[in-house]
Amino acid sequence: MSFSTPEREAAICPASQPPLEIACVGYSYGRRMALETVSFTVAPRSFTVLLGPNGAGKSTLYCLITRLYATQQGTIQIFGYDVNRSSVEALRRLGVVFQPRTLDLDLTVMQNLSYHAALHGISERQAKLRAHLVLERIALTARKHDKVRSLSGGQMRRVEIARALLHEPQLLLLDEPTVGLDIKARADILTHVRSLAMQEGIGVLWATHLIDEVEAHDDVVVLHQGRVLDRGKASNIADRAGATDIRMAFEKLTAESVVSGQ
Amino acid sequence: MERPGHAGYGLANYARCFKGIMWREALRHWHQRARFLSALVRPLIWLFIFAAGFRSVLGVSIIPPYETYVLYEVYIAPGLMAMIALFSGMQSSLSMVYDREMGNMRALLVSPFPRWFLLAAKLAAGTAVSVAQVYAFLAIAYFWEIEPPSPWGYLAVLPALILSGLMLGALGMLLSSVIKQLENFAGIMNFVIFPMFFASSALYPLWRVRESSPWLAFVCELNPFTHVVELIRFAFYERINFLALIVVLATATAFLSLAIMAYDPSRGMLPRREGS
Repeated sequence: MSFSTPEREAAICPASQPPLEIACVGYSYGRRMALETVSFTVAPRSFTVLLGPNGAGKSTLYCLITRLYATQQGTIQIFGYDVNRSSVEALRRLGVVFQPRTLDLDLTVMQNLSYHAALHGISERQAKLRAHLVLERIALTARKHDKVRSLSGGQMRRVEIARALLHEPQLLLLDEPTVGLDIKARADILTHVRSLAMQEGIGVLWATHLIDEVEAHDDVVVLHQGRVLDRGKASNIADRAGATDIRMAFEKLTAESVVSGQ
Repeated sequence: MERPGHAGYGLANYARCFKGIMWREALRHWHQRARFLSALVRPLIWLFIFAAGFRSVLGVSIIPPYETYVLYEVYIAPGLMAMIALFSGMQSSLSMVYDREMGNMRALLVSPFPRWFLLAAKLAAGTAVSVAQVYAFLAIAYFWEIEPPSPWGYLAVLPALILSGLMLGALGMLLSSVIKQLENFAGIMNFVIFPMFFASSALYPLWRVRESSPWLAFVCELNPFTHVVELIRFAFYERINFLALIVVLATATAFLSLAIMAYDPSRGMLPRREGS
């Protein structure tokens, strides 16, 4: 079952505009610079990995894209809509899974989904219909009346992804969604999100510090100490860095960055 | 059906969002029924124990809106209604800090609806709970002869309770934007709730305070909570205290505006704290 139709995509997402365009974004906490002239684009139907160690600035960037923080420098556009100036138009096209859990543990799975639907102005009838579809897709229909508190970590993440898709966004952001999960749950979630990009045409930005989640054909943005060190296909980044794979390239790039920073 | 991607949200979308936020708050309170009951224990202790003990010590002369001498319990009842609204407002503040720590606040704030609308809906939900608590208190207090001169008083006090709930809820919302952690909430008790409650006309008329300290009476007059108490007191007797009405309206508007500014990412305090 697909949520996405060409008519719908054309209606809500201008074809000429990329799902996400970040241009020269800078942000500081007081004197500490968290992001420095960060620029990159997420293409439609792409799985883009924002790769960086802890403290690289990934979560800060996600807070800026979702307008939890206001940008201090540069611009962020979602399908051409500036998140600060046209936040309503920008945010309605965006689904997001934050690193910390944002589900209400005391509500059931269905209640969490209904609440999210209401926050996007979706009618109860539509919300129920869509909730059943997304729950079917993540194989959690049988748990829909269970409190979220009773789910495993992997199941909670799947519910969060389902919730992020409920309002049919065309851009999906995930901030380290596999942290703390076992190997199977990690693989399941990764496969599921990759299929969303390929089959549903959703642009995906996947932030992680786990290099084994990157595949050679993925678009990758290497973020370190608030700066983009390189971006492009994982295989191309490896070639440019004179490395055999993205892991070695990442280690070389971050080591060089530390040396040049000193 | 309005698709989420189509330009502009209509009134129906806003209504659904508003209803969803109210529904979530109602569910939360249903899950925490003990909290609702415990909110009643505090004013009832004041009414049944404190007021009974001080009845003979604290005489209350005839002051508006009362037309006869009244028992001390009758005098402090509006103050206790206001106390419920005060604690409810601060409880909402605590909930917002808790939601922020648990991450739930992000789910709300990334909704595409305008930030002011989301906060106003949350404030309305908190106010509804506060009003329900006051009526539950009045239902119990009725059996101790705390009642308005006519049953219409129960209806007349409703707008005053709503306005007071909004004002104190907006204050709580504003405070939640400056509280970094749940642990800091104890400071709110010491620096906001106790001074606001005790430096007001909730427990004693201001002429009594003026007898002991004109300076303190002046401070009490400046305290917006005094005006909340007087607004409720007069409304319960089917009268309007215009000064109180103006002060409560003005402070409610000011607190809500400041809270919306504080939660505005471009102007507020939230983004300035790393990792918040």
